[in-house]
Amino acid sequence: MCLGVPMRVVSIDNETAVCEIDGVKREASLMMVDGIGVGDFVLIHAGFAIERLDEEDAQETLRLFRELLDQGVVPE
Amino acid sequence: MRYTAEFRNPEVAQKLLESIRQAVAGFAGTMTLMEVCGTHTMAIYQHGIRSLLPASIRLISGPGCPVCVTPVDYVDHAVALARHPGTIVATFGDMVRVPGSSSNLLHEKARGGDVRVVYSPLDAVALAQKHPERAVVFLGVGFETTTPTIAGSIIEAKRRGVANYFVLGAHKTIPGPMAILADDPELKVDGYLCPAHVSAIIGADAYEPLARDHRVPCVVTGFEPLDMLQGVVMLARQIVAGEAKVEIQYSRIVKKEGNARARQILYEVFEPCDARWRGIGVIPGSGLGIREEYAAFDAARQLPVVVEESKEHAGCLCGEILKGKVTPKECPLFRKACTPENPVGACMVSSEGTCAAEYKYGT
Repeated sequence: MCLGVPMRVVSIDNETAVCEIDGVKREASLMMVDGIGVGDFVLIHAGFAIERLDEEDAQETLRLFRELLDQGVVPE
Repeated sequence: MRYTAEFRNPEVAQKLLESIRQAVAGFAGTMTLMEVCGTHTMAIYQHGIRSLLPASIRLISGPGCPVCVTPVDYVDHAVALARHPGTIVATFGDMVRVPGSSSNLLHEKARGGDVRVVYSPLDAVALAQKHPERAVVFLGVGFETTTPTIAGSIIEAKRRGVANYFVLGAHKTIPGPMAILADDPELKVDGYLCPAHVSAIIGADAYEPLARDHRVPCVVTGFEPLDMLQGVVMLARQIVAGEAKVEIQYSRIVKKEGNARARQILYEVFEPCDARWRGIGVIPGSGLGIREEYAAFDAARQLPVVVEESKEHAGCLCGEILKGKVTPKECPLFRKACTPENPVGACMVSSEGTCAAEYKYGT
């Protein structure tokens, strides 16, 4: 039930955003998140954006995974 | 960035499994890790994670499915509302097949009741605007991820002047039962894989008392297979080192402090109350009830109906399964009297229930 879908914001009208992932578009309320702009990734749950997805942080996690492939160990 | 394929890379999974094996190499005995989120339960079964882990790591599922922990009398109340002339019951899809004492919402729909599955509580507000002559009741079931969205729908209904939108609430908060199960001597939980999206709202700091006072390591973990394996690595290292601290694996979404604005919306409409959990009983302060200021939107206060006397189904072990004490295969009804087509207990009905996961993906 707590499933959330990461989607990219394509347009914003007041407190409502149109978000898109893999060609699927959905309206979502921005009531719970501050300072979201077009192009940002947000986590959508039950018609609301509940958090911003930190792209830098996601890339950092992926970088650690890639490093793991190269070195064969998990960086501490 | 794709956010799914990259977090499912099988080669990385192999490396993470190697790290897990290294972490527990010198560890004598077994460590029990509990997840308390239905989406984790499904992911563990779907990706066969249990079968990949060393024998010294035991993964168990706790009370993480909000539909499953909702007591039967709530379903009976929803059924009574669906039978009430002129009422529309709007709900997330998970609730419609959950058995009440003598019926469920799908049966009521077949009998002519107006039960509608919606994607968002805001859809239910729109439904109420479309049918101003009818009462629209949204079934408010969920943990801290979902409750702010329901609070948001009530605030929105008030703003739009919608007087025929109501919520029948059974909202719960997860840290309370985690503390109770942490102290259960039968379970011996050595570490918690903390829920991903609940934590987006409440923040990782909400688990500090569990780590500090109950000495249970906590790692907030994402839902993708690599997230979960990395969460296991982090927990295993803490356990082996004898530490108990709160760490965040799922840092691309979850912050220490959580989402303060979502909590502000949540507590504008709701306040803590005692709540009854299937299998666990009443946990003081573990529920969220609608505040007096928003009582006009509370279905329980505004729409009196007669609810049948509730009874649990004999032989159903959902309660024990929700505490992680019994596995679905140990329930005498599993795969026999209780199947996804003909479910007896909530854990088989919900798409995130442990029994449904075992039935679909188990061996």
